Amino acid sequence: MSATRVAVLRFPGTLDHESAAKAVQAVGGEPVFTHHMDTELPEGATAVVIPGGFSYGDHLRPGALASRTPILGAVKRHAADGGRVLGICNGFQILCESGLLPGVLRPNASLQFICRQADLEVADPGTPWTGGRLAGEVMSVPFKHHDGAWFGDPGESRVVLRYKGENPNGSIDKIAGITNLAGNVMGLMPHPEEACDPLLGSVDGRALFAALLA
Amino acid sequence: MTLVIVTVMPKKGVLDPQGQAVQGALSHMGFADIGDVRVGKRIELEINGHDPAGQADKMCQDLLANQLIEDYSVEVPE
Repeated sequence: MSATRVAVLRFPGTLDHESAAKAVQAVGGEPVFTHHMDTELPEGATAVVIPGGFSYGDHLRPGALASRTPILGAVKRHAADGGRVLGICNGFQILCESGLLPGVLRPNASLQFICRQADLEVADPGTPWTGGRLAGEVMSVPFKHHDGAWFGDPGESRVVLRYKGENPNGSIDKIAGITNLAGNVMGLMPHPEEACDPLLGSVDGRALFAALLA
Repeated sequence: MTLVIVTVMPKKGVLDPQGQAVQGALSHMGFADIGDVRVGKRIELEINGHDPAGQADKMCQDLLANQLIEDYSVEVPE
């Protein structure tokens, strides 16, 4: 049987698609780069990754312009059918701007670009995205962003991951990652694709990619 | 062609770190009378056809403003 195909979206300004593709491979999937002007997902793709970067140069608002491209129509149909979608960093911003996830990502309270390893605490252990970890268990994943403060009503989502310790960016309730109420669309600001190889100090990020194939 | 001016501002009550940073800088520069500062954006649209203000309003709702955190106004100068 061939590997599960995972669409890895690319917009003008996407940066982290190569790392995301390697992470998909690390858990046994087959990544397929997908152009933002395509109107359908690649044939046979059963899950979608929206990688990080600065799509459309973050013009207007981060993720705003990318969220209005044709491929998002295909992603919305996929999500409505229960298909899994993982948005990372700018991908999370795109999911919020598209309405697939509630809320919006605002500039960090410090107005600084922050880049460091973070401990993320599992808040809701009942989603597929954290590999069966219990509530309160910690995942070590780096983050690198300027607009990472999630703002919205947490009750419209399921809060999957929170920053442990001090709030790094002013995110409401220290939220690092959420799913929609159905649980099939996941967005987070930290970068699990940079935590999939022991050389990088953590393989905790693999759980999020494994969830795409489950 | 009609010029339409859209102003997008952070909603009252939503933290505006950019406005706060500008306020801090102005205060450090010696502008002792400075109060609250809010930073938004002005978008100039040239629109053809019928009801340019109405078209601009639709553009604001669909793209130009995120109404979770931003308010907008539409103005057609004389």
